[in-house]
Amino acid sequence: MTTSEWVLMAAVFGASTVEMVEALTIVLAAGTSRGWRSALEGAATAVGVLGVLVAAVGVPLVRYVPIDALRVVVGALLLSLGMSWLRKAWLRASGHKALHDEDAIYAETVADLAVDGPRVRTRDPVGFAVAFKGVFLEGTEVVLIVISLGASQGRLALASLAALAALVMVVVVGAIVARQLSKVPENLIKLVVGIMLTSFGLFWVGEGAGIHWPGSDLFLLALVGSLAVLTSVVVPWLSRSAPLRTASVSS
Amino acid sequence: MAVALGAAAHRVGVVMTTAIARAGRAFGRFWLDFLVGDTPELFVVTLVVVAISFGLASVPRAVAVVVVPLLAFGAVVWSAARGRVRQP
Repeated sequence: MTTSEWVLMAAVFGASTVEMVEALTIVLAAGTSRGWRSALEGAATAVGVLGVLVAAVGVPLVRYVPIDALRVVVGALLLSLGMSWLRKAWLRASGHKALHDEDAIYAETVADLAVDGPRVRTRDPVGFAVAFKGVFLEGTEVVLIVISLGASQGRLALASLAALAALVMVVVVGAIVARQLSKVPENLIKLVVGIMLTSFGLFWVGEGAGIHWPGSDLFLLALVGSLAVLTSVVVPWLSRSAPLRTASVSS
Repeated sequence: MAVALGAAAHRVGVVMTTAIARAGRAFGRFWLDFLVGDTPELFVVTLVVVAISFGLASVPRAVAVVVVPLLAFGAVVWSAARGRVRQP
């Protein structure tokens, strides 16, 4: 495999992990408060719809859209998303923004669902809808990343496999740790993925526009390394004026 | 009979139009949130990076290789600095 394929797999895997942890929190809350049958059916239906979306949108993109145009559009999408994730991760790591608290989200969702009625043993439309919506909304972002990264390199199957691996890992870990999703170092993953998406975005925009990066695919590693160094400088600098608890990058 | 059928068809049309309009608004909101979100400056910077990449594609490679990444890196630092919560 080439350097860019390894980075592609790591980026898709990381991004999928972050989004799926958020989706799992909602599914766990729906299952606990409304019954597992409907919650799991809702989650499975959403995964199915997302799979159809990847095939319906991704495959024609790879086959029919000129690669340079695709790389500019996809690169711009990834760059915009990556810079936004990176900014958020920097602000969270430096204490300017509260960390994403899965425990709080879980408790809030359970409380909301409890208000809607008691737990039911048969099919429950509320539990189904909440689980479906949670998985579908978080999963749409995964689908966009899978299609963007996969299509721009003509490796849609590889990107889908990386997302699938993340899904399996999150489900297995979720089943083991159950409600302790706050233990997942979400901000660290978001930071790493933000660096990767920004690097991919710059790389593809440049390639699509006609810039020839030195070292070809290896330049991706230079971009990733530069952003990692920048992060190690910016986070402590931002921390100096942080009003919140100063969190380490890994928290 | 014909009047009743016409009224029913009108109602179905209204329901369909409302549903399509609602779906369209939700689709638009999703993309607006996805692309712009709470950092419109980064969306604008993305467009600038794309434009500059095309502009620098024909100049010596060293210029583009330095300018394009630096522009994006600088934009994220500037946006994060703007997003800092000021201490009282």
